[in-house]
Amino acid sequence: MAKYGMLIDYDFCTGCHSCEVACQQEHNYPVGKNGIRVTEHEYDTGEKIKIDFMPFLTDLCDLCMPRVAEGEKPACVKHCQSACMEFGLTKDLAKTLGDKSKVVLYTVQPG
Amino acid sequence: MGKIDVYPTVAWSAGAGCHGGCGQKLFVEDGKMVKIEGDENHPFNQGRSCPRVLALTQYMYHEDRITQPMKRVGERGSGKFEPISWDDAFDYCETEMSKIKDQYGPESIVFAQGTGRDIGGPISFLAYSFGSPNWVQLGLSGQSCYTPRLGAMKAVQGDFGVSDCSQFLEDRYDDPEWEVPEVIIVWGQHPPNGCPDAFFGHWIVDCMKRGTKIISMDPRNTWMTGRAEHHLKLRPGTDGAMALGMLNVILGEGLEDKKFCDKWVHGMDELRERAAEYPVERVAQITGVPAEEIAEAARFFANAKRGSIHWGVPIDMCPDGTSVAHGIICLWAITGNIDIPGGQVIARPSHEVSSYPYSTEALVDLYGEELVKTLTEKRIGADAYKMVKNFRGWAQPDMVIDQIMTGEPYPIKGAWIQTANVLGGQAARANFHYEALKKLEFVAVVDLFHNPTTMALADIVLPSSTFPEKDSFRSWWAPLSIIKKRVQVGDCKTDWEINFELAKRFNPEGTQRWGSPMDYFNERLAPSGKTFEDMEEAGGWLMPEDGPAKPYRRHERGLLRQDGEPGFNTRSGKIEVYCTAYEDWDLDPLPFYTEPPQSPISTPELHKKYPLIMITGARSQLYFHSELRGIPWLREKEPDPYVEVHPETAKEYDVYDGEWIYLKNDLGKVKRKVMITERVKPTEIQTLHGWWMPEQEGAEPNLFGVWDYQINQLVPGPQESQSGFGGGQYKTTLVTLEKFEQGAAANG
Repeated sequence: MAKYGMLIDYDFCTGCHSCEVACQQEHNYPVGKNGIRVTEHEYDTGEKIKIDFMPFLTDLCDLCMPRVAEGEKPACVKHCQSACMEFGLTKDLAKTLGDKSKVVLYTVQPG
Repeated sequence: MGKIDVYPTVAWSAGAGCHGGCGQKLFVEDGKMVKIEGDENHPFNQGRSCPRVLALTQYMYHEDRITQPMKRVGERGSGKFEPISWDDAFDYCETEMSKIKDQYGPESIVFAQGTGRDIGGPISFLAYSFGSPNWVQLGLSGQSCYTPRLGAMKAVQGDFGVSDCSQFLEDRYDDPEWEVPEVIIVWGQHPPNGCPDAFFGHWIVDCMKRGTKIISMDPRNTWMTGRAEHHLKLRPGTDGAMALGMLNVILGEGLEDKKFCDKWVHGMDELRERAAEYPVERVAQITGVPAEEIAEAARFFANAKRGSIHWGVPIDMCPDGTSVAHGIICLWAITGNIDIPGGQVIARPSHEVSSYPYSTEALVDLYGEELVKTLTEKRIGADAYKMVKNFRGWAQPDMVIDQIMTGEPYPIKGAWIQTANVLGGQAARANFHYEALKKLEFVAVVDLFHNPTTMALADIVLPSSTFPEKDSFRSWWAPLSIIKKRVQVGDCKTDWEINFELAKRFNPEGTQRWGSPMDYFNERLAPSGKTFEDMEEAGGWLMPEDGPAKPYRRHERGLLRQDGEPGFNTRSGKIEVYCTAYEDWDLDPLPFYTEPPQSPISTPELHKKYPLIMITGARSQLYFHSELRGIPWLREKEPDPYVEVHPETAKEYDVYDGEWIYLKNDLGKVKRKVMITERVKPTEIQTLHGWWMPEQEGAEPNLFGVWDYQINQLVPGPQESQSGFGGGQYKTTLVTLEKFEQGAAANG
């Protein structure tokens, strides 16, 4: 069971890359290796051009459990400039899913 | 492994670049910074950090970092340098600079800065101690970055103003005095891409989350424009007409805040008359935005109880940028938004501490009367432009480079370049800058890495420091902060240490009251009643206390004027939409519109030849101007200099996504990689500035590939603004797009 998860209000993700570099610094990952990646999506709604971003957790995400054990947030969550990421117990985060639109919940079972 | 200590400090480049002032925590082990994290207790960023600061360890300990003074030993441009001691480096600079001073006068050396870093203090300290009035942001045509807007604000409303995102309140969004802005016009910027001018870009996003609606004034589609209530996609460079059109709607429909205007605004009738010359249909024709959209946006802004305008460099880069700024100031003024919660608040440095002296008295005291005389009489541009003479002590950049080339009215023989990769960065007419600067007899460059400017020009390179390596202070809006040194890298010195040592040599008498930069910091900090050490004990930063530096409604409380009377810090005590300061400076006292010097309308023939309007100078989250291309974690995410091309345009020019092409006009051609996207209109393209390739050969003729990628080679100059400020053509240059093989065929 994935006890912990990450809730991302991706409507507010501006694609700033802070989560990606925060992860690389925290884990000392070299170029090419990352626990989180942000993808860009450009589309025409008929009224306007939308540019949205979607952070995606890779298999390298360990939810920064050593940080969490020290009472810290995962590095990406802490540094997110939009403050649109939340870490917590999957069951708690799942309860809030319906409150907003354009939200994703990632569940991760670290290693 | 040793113990890891964690120290708070405040970020101000070098390292991240930028003009933010976020709180950071440095993790130090055995004298080395091993990690950096945002400081969650700091009100500026509340723990958040940008990718540039998070990659700081890769920057500080980069193998290419210059860590010793390097003296050129081969020909200029050969890339041959040898390490020397600091003593020898200072002796060499003193000797060479004194030679020029003795033969031609101190004004014959220019002191050139870029942006970012706490540079204003140390570079003016050195320039003035040397006796030169020519402190300049060299290459930045028309000084087109914030200075035109600052000058306009000072002239029109007597003070600077910013969008109120609660940044002057310690409890921020939780402070009961603050209110969520109903609307923010984001004019010519994509705030999430950086922290311009002491403003954390994501504060706008914070407000959006709390309900603020956005009006986007932007030719392009961005994350933010897609979320805006109104998005006005104006043609680049037509912002002045847009402001007048909106004023026309507001005044024509009686939507202004009449009570506020009656009491606090000077020149409403004249403004009304001027705005009447810009009916919305005419403005629609100029800007390319439908009349009804302009009118609706104007009504939406005027009808909001609390609103503000957050603006960017495209305003400065309009021809007559100071007048465009004037028009925009009128928008926030006549709608009664000044210094109210969630409005456009007056911005003053916390505790009234300034980084360097501004007043004539302070300058005389510090550097003597001769220097002050020189500042008026010999400063390049002070004669030609009254606004340049009377607002800010800088020389006019376009005129400086022209004078270096011509030697008229007096010769320029040396340059002290600090925090500025002129050739790889902001220089419009970049090749002309190269030709002119090569003529100088002595060039010293203070920087952290080699770049095209150090390679092409430097006789000596002095290695500077990142913010974890320096003691300094920051007094730009709020909070007042100190930057505290925690580590040392190589033999690097801080900008302050370098300049202080040389200033002492050139002006021993004037500088004798300080034994170290710290003594000087404490003198600057004095208005706060705190010393550097006090500040450190207090946690490193202080938010403004009730008084002139803290909102709200200071004009009603008599906190803005020297005489203590209610009102604004202008001659009339009111906001002067009819601007008497402009009148004094022989400028139109009312806002007006100027068509860009290159455009489909002003130069139809040129437009046939070069049918695409090139927008440059936007910000990337990963880079700061010409910095950071060598940082692996950053470069990985934006490896190539791309150009945004609309799908229809790509079809017309027969280019595919990812294809390398040239952007070209009469000034030259520059390589770019095509990104097909609807971010731009078919008539426009957008590409970033500041590209050179640190991984390539640095010696001449390659100079890190700068002549292949430096986009400002295509940007013409000099600027064409009446005030001397504004008008660098970075957003409105006409170009065409050429395939590589076409070029090869044409070149025979």
